[in-house]
Amino acid sequence: MLEYARWKYLLVAAVLLLALVLALPNVFGEDPALQVARKDHGAVTPDAEQQVESFLKTHGVRFEKGYIDQERLMVRFAAVPDQLAARDAVNGNEDFKNTYITAVSFAPRTPEVLRALGLKPMPLGLDLRGGLYLLYQVDVNSAISQALEGYATDVRRVLTSANVPFRDVAAGAGGQADAIRVQLAPGADVSAARSALNQPLQGLAITTSSDGAGPVIEAVMTTAQIRERQDYAIQQNITTLRNRVNELGVSEPIVQRQGVDRINVQLPGVQNSAEVKDILGRVATLEFRLEDMQNSAVEAEQLGRAPLGSKLYTHTRIGRPILLKREVIATGDQLTNATSGQSQEGPAVNVRLDARAGDNMLRTTRANLNKRMAVVLIEKRPETVEIDGKQVTREVTDEDVINDATIRGVFSNNFQITGLQAGEARELALLLRSGSLATPLILIEERAVGPSLGRENIAKGVTALIVGMAGVFLFMALYYQTFGLVADLVLLANVVLLAALLSLWHQVLSLPGIAGILLTVGMAVDANVLIYERIREEIRKGVSPQAAIRAGFEKAFSAIADSNITTLIAGVVLWVLGTGPIRGFAVVLTLGIATSMFTSLMGSRALLTLMYGGRRKLVSLAIG
Amino acid sequence: MEFFSHQTSYPFMATRKVWYTLSALLMIVSLGSFFARGVNLAIDFTGGVSAQATFAQIPDLDQVRTRLVAAGFREPSVQVFGSARDIAIRLPPDPKQTAGGIRTELETAVRAIDPGAQVMQLDVVGPQVGNELKVSAIEALGFTLLGIFLYIAFRFHTWRLSLGAILAVLHDPILVLGFFAVSQMSFDLAAVAAILAVIGYSLNDTVVVFDRIRERFEGNRRSPPDVVLDQSINQTLSRTIMTKVVTSIVVVALLFLGGPVLKGFSAALLIGIIAGTYSSIYISSAIALDCGLTAEHVFPTVKKAALDHLP
Repeated sequence: MLEYARWKYLLVAAVLLLALVLALPNVFGEDPALQVARKDHGAVTPDAEQQVESFLKTHGVRFEKGYIDQERLMVRFAAVPDQLAARDAVNGNEDFKNTYITAVSFAPRTPEVLRALGLKPMPLGLDLRGGLYLLYQVDVNSAISQALEGYATDVRRVLTSANVPFRDVAAGAGGQADAIRVQLAPGADVSAARSALNQPLQGLAITTSSDGAGPVIEAVMTTAQIRERQDYAIQQNITTLRNRVNELGVSEPIVQRQGVDRINVQLPGVQNSAEVKDILGRVATLEFRLEDMQNSAVEAEQLGRAPLGSKLYTHTRIGRPILLKREVIATGDQLTNATSGQSQEGPAVNVRLDARAGDNMLRTTRANLNKRMAVVLIEKRPETVEIDGKQVTREVTDEDVINDATIRGVFSNNFQITGLQAGEARELALLLRSGSLATPLILIEERAVGPSLGRENIAKGVTALIVGMAGVFLFMALYYQTFGLVADLVLLANVVLLAALLSLWHQVLSLPGIAGILLTVGMAVDANVLIYERIREEIRKGVSPQAAIRAGFEKAFSAIADSNITTLIAGVVLWVLGTGPIRGFAVVLTLGIATSMFTSLMGSRALLTLMYGGRRKLVSLAIG
Repeated sequence: MEFFSHQTSYPFMATRKVWYTLSALLMIVSLGSFFARGVNLAIDFTGGVSAQATFAQIPDLDQVRTRLVAAGFREPSVQVFGSARDIAIRLPPDPKQTAGGIRTELETAVRAIDPGAQVMQLDVVGPQVGNELKVSAIEALGFTLLGIFLYIAFRFHTWRLSLGAILAVLHDPILVLGFFAVSQMSFDLAAVAAILAVIGYSLNDTVVVFDRIRERFEGNRRSPPDVVLDQSINQTLSRTIMTKVVTSIVVVALLFLGGPVLKGFSAALLIGIIAGTYSSIYISSAIALDCGLTAEHVFPTVKKAALDHLP
């Protein structure tokens, strides 16, 4: 008799059932869809969904289904013309156009029940759906020199106001890229200088010495400070890129850090790389300006011109027209930090300016208590237009008022903006940072795949997968007969299990990933072959069929475990060191080893025991 | 169905000089052409531009080349890629060109030849990225080999088996590199991934054979080592061939149906799998034998323990 513990049967059955459910979303395919997101990054409400849907209905646009996914509205269509008609209709409506950004994309046809459970198909890589991949390098060294310049400015100001005579304050001097050097005048009061510098140079390692020209104070940034500065620069650029990518109206964009100083941007479905790079490569700055409260912005909008000394902003993020005075109190390159946090009055943004802007702010706030101050985000970008058949590049400036608030106290370089919702505070801090002096971004890699090539790649990958699997299945069935069919079932279960894990963890499927799945099928055969060959050997020795099956599984175990570990080592190294599609391959390879161990050791044993275990008069096995 | 209806008894050990010679020749050719010609590195490693354009009519390659040169592109390489209407264009890295401008310039140049032409794919890799990928590919290779050496040292207690496995494992990627050097097929990042997978797979076979050697030694301590090794290889031969035939089926499917993107990847895998099968049958055990492997080495303490249990 051949037996297998009941809990093992249950485990195999439960795992396979779960895998089937998890892998199920992959079989439904995709529909053309329209993604509708709010311009202010807020959530689309069910009411708004109703509004858009009934709008589409009244405009005679046929759609399959609308639903809210991750705060955005997705509307699915049966055909591409409907999708395009819907986009044009929504963008043609003035109200919608001001509130929403639309993007054409594809949405999985997953049934409601599965989507409600949070089950999604594996996302496809850019090589399979077409799109644009950009890799930017952040010039982190310039972030450090910017920080040092900021320190140097503060040092000069503090020393002047403390009446300590100095000859020179140099950032990055003496071959040290991470230090500032203060050359005091001969006979200057070193201790007074030091105590004055304590506050602006907080956290830096300060040393004093003297050379022929007089006392010298040196301050070096610590490793932790440098790293913090670099991380800040990267984060700031990621934020800026994300904001701009959102403006592009691309569905499911990815903006992520890669390594120490890289940012990769993946834009599925995007074709026109020139336009995208124009928008992503913009230079942004900020201006803090007073609001013109003597005149009415509404009136100015009706008149179509602003009063003398003021400027009118109509379509703004704050949702109303506003008149701002032309004098600039502080600019983006003077902003050293903006973070969201908590104040006694709820969420707030903590803003930090450099010393010079702080002085200006102090004077302004003293004279304008209880008046309103606004922040303008200004972005410049090159735009290529065709004039008389020639390509001409010109600079376009976009301005937007991102915040206005009442001046409630006198402050200088360190202040809070309050009266915000939690989400708004985060958003404003991000916007402020995107307008502060940006570290230069350099485009170092670009990969574009056309949508038809993507479709071709999918078709090729799937064909190779089907033909390869069919070949393996046929071969196994011929060679091992009934046992071969069992192995085929086990291999199929392995693919389902693998697809389930990849879907569960939202692993991006690329062409090398498909190759990995196929290769896993090829290698998963190995475990079955090891077991079956062992069973054949035992039978040749004259062992009874059931004992042969048991011995086959038991004796093959060490060889299976050993041989899989070697592949696992290669898989894990690739997973850790690889990027992009290579990593996709490694993930499939590694997970495939785990799933194939499970299916061939437990799954096939359960099946064979079920088939042969209960038979008392078993004379031979159909193992070829 | 069975390939080996009776247990085979091929004399692998007796004929090992033949296989050593064959391997040595293959190594010399591989390493020779690798150092003489090098492999044709893809833009993943060199930096530069790689584009794929589809033309409405079958284009004249020389004309495309001339037009590209006229449009200011230096040393363009133009080849047919897939069908006769699909053209692969490769350009060396040019510091004067910005990634932004290339697409427009290339499209203009290609459209001038054939208004219906379309740039389907465009990869621009900066030289710094290429260099880094080269380094990380070598790093990945190094880490994989190191991991596997550690594993072998831990798994097989005697250096004789370890050395056999390591030489067999080194044998295979060298042959794959040799294949790329001789054929001048484009060597990209995916080919590196394939080589790493090959290292894993090749060792996999060796491990299965060694596992059997250990088992055989346990049962027949008195048998001469060359007989035990021959038996072990023969007994696992059916499995080794079976698994590799099946894996080759899927790799051949990838090679012929997976399209040009997977060409280098599947070619590297196929060569590697064939080399791996060969080296684990003919090379790894033979080396262990020549290092003087006996049952003693595999079970050093068992003899004493076994004696203790005797009544």
